[in-house]
Amino acid sequence: MKSKAAAFPYLVWMLIFILVPLGLVAYYAVTTPDGTFTIDYISQVGEYTPVLVRSVWLAFLATVICLVIAYPLAFIISRHSGAGQRTMVMLIMLPMWMNFLLRTYAWMTILEKNGLINRFFAHFGLGPFEMINTQGAVVLGMIYNYLPFMILPLYSIMTKIPNSVIEAAQDLGANARKVLTKVLIPMTVPGISTGVIMVFVPSVSTFIISRMLGGGGNLLIGDLIDLQFLGNAYNPNLGAAISLVLMVLILLAMSITNQFGDDEKGDLLK
Amino acid sequence: MKESTIVSLRDISVDFDGDPILVGLDLDIRDKEFVTLLGPSGCGKTTTLRTIGGFVTPKSGDVFFDGVRINDLPPYKRQVNTVFQRYALFPHLNVFENVEFGLKLKKLPENERKTRVWEMLDLVNLTGYDRRNIDQLSGGQQQRVAIARALVNHPRVLLLDEPLGALDLKLRKEMQIELKRMQQALEITFIYVTHDQEEALTMSDTVVVMKDGDILQVGTPQDIYNEPKNAFVADFIGESNIIDGVMHADCLVEFAGQKFECVDTGFGRLERVDVVIRPEDIKVVSPERAPITGVVESVIFKGVHFEMIVDAHGYKWMIHSTRSEQPGTFIGMEVDPFDIHIMHKMEVEG
Repeated sequence: MKSKAAAFPYLVWMLIFILVPLGLVAYYAVTTPDGTFTIDYISQVGEYTPVLVRSVWLAFLATVICLVIAYPLAFIISRHSGAGQRTMVMLIMLPMWMNFLLRTYAWMTILEKNGLINRFFAHFGLGPFEMINTQGAVVLGMIYNYLPFMILPLYSIMTKIPNSVIEAAQDLGANARKVLTKVLIPMTVPGISTGVIMVFVPSVSTFIISRMLGGGGNLLIGDLIDLQFLGNAYNPNLGAAISLVLMVLILLAMSITNQFGDDEKGDLLK
Repeated sequence: MKESTIVSLRDISVDFDGDPILVGLDLDIRDKEFVTLLGPSGCGKTTTLRTIGGFVTPKSGDVFFDGVRINDLPPYKRQVNTVFQRYALFPHLNVFENVEFGLKLKKLPENERKTRVWEMLDLVNLTGYDRRNIDQLSGGQQQRVAIARALVNHPRVLLLDEPLGALDLKLRKEMQIELKRMQQALEITFIYVTHDQEEALTMSDTVVVMKDGDILQVGTPQDIYNEPKNAFVADFIGESNIIDGVMHADCLVEFAGQKFECVDTGFGRLERVDVVIRPEDIKVVSPERAPITGVVESVIFKGVHFEMIVDAHGYKWMIHSTRSEQPGTFIGMEVDPFDIHIMHKMEVEG
């Protein structure tokens, strides 16, 4: 019973800062400014379907690319000695100590029309290339900012896989590809699903990255919500409705990845 | 004994980060034998095993399997399977799937896979455990799964890397007998790595004693125990009293201030030698007519016998006897000539 008493402050915290705001978002989403019930705003969200689709698509791309980059990297790190592991994890964390905005601004100066890359290519008479204000730039920004969130969970689960398990697979006749598909990937499913969530969720709802690197043409769902609350469009009720829809979408995506994890018995390796 | 050689190591050298682990090692392993690589930790026995398994690439030298050089063959193409020290089972698969792993990779049809897995689980006494998860098994059961997972592939050679190290004494003894039974039933070559001399003597057809990346002696357990080549082997295989001595002539050795008759010949005149006497070969007699005398320092009851430490002018003799003497008693000791083993001094290395 002691643990219940100890949990009390956290329950209060959750109530005030999680449940109440959630309730308010839901309330605003289904009421007019006068306070009467309506589902107009929810149905209006449908008009923004292209934005929603674009957000999910770009976040999906960023997540997949992060996974492809992070998986081998995390494995390489996990096979190093203790000191080597610490140094490499530190190097991966290092950019995260800098301000998020600053990092994204840095990409602007690299990618823009008179930026570093275009000036470099100008020496050879090439370019300028249209890099900033493209979907590619937005995806790049997402990958750059959220890659560590993919590497860390993968790395932490991979350090728990002893070399002998990999050797055992080779011993039983598995070549490199089979070791990956039959042993490594099944054993790292919990890390994969955590990493996917940790990259996908912030990517799908970002508005800074798309605004700074995507220009006006690549409106994402995050920008749309921002616009309803702080922008000229000012319509908190619609903003709340979009937020609600986005939240439901993310919850659905998460429950699907979790389901996948359970199927593979990933819960054995917590 | 069957004479055909299945695994040959020729002049194998292995370095780790510049440290030599194996230095010019030569070893022949005969087919269908139970061979044990025995030695203290760091002697290179596991590295030797891993060289055969393909997990270590030798810096120089050749590995032959059935007469064919397999240096460049990756582990997954070799006809050997390994039982790893810490079992290395796949935690995401259950018992059946673990054992089935190798057969699935060989793309065997499902009925055959099933038959062979059932057969193996039966052999290692795990019938009925097939649906269990790995973390629901005890250490001994996990060990059996690891053995079944390797044996189900019908390897020509099974490599075992201290497989019983993590088990308690009673279970270890049971498994020793079972392993020997499996080896005889399946007629497969077992190459077994251990630092436990008793384990080596119990199970092996051939024991290979190793030290510092080198092979000191290869022989049957009886040979190794009764005719150790040098003091290190004698000391490592069971307990021994090792005394400095000088050969005076064939069959005449001086140690502990006395000349003794012995049965060894072929040493140089006045050559310095190691004299090895097993604790159970020393007889306690009355001090008056005994060549060696000393004072009993301690007595420990060991079950079958008493272990006494006797101080004779500074050298502590170890005696195993069924009768005990009180500590402080002055006693005499006697050894039969054929129980005195004379060995060349080991060359001082580097």
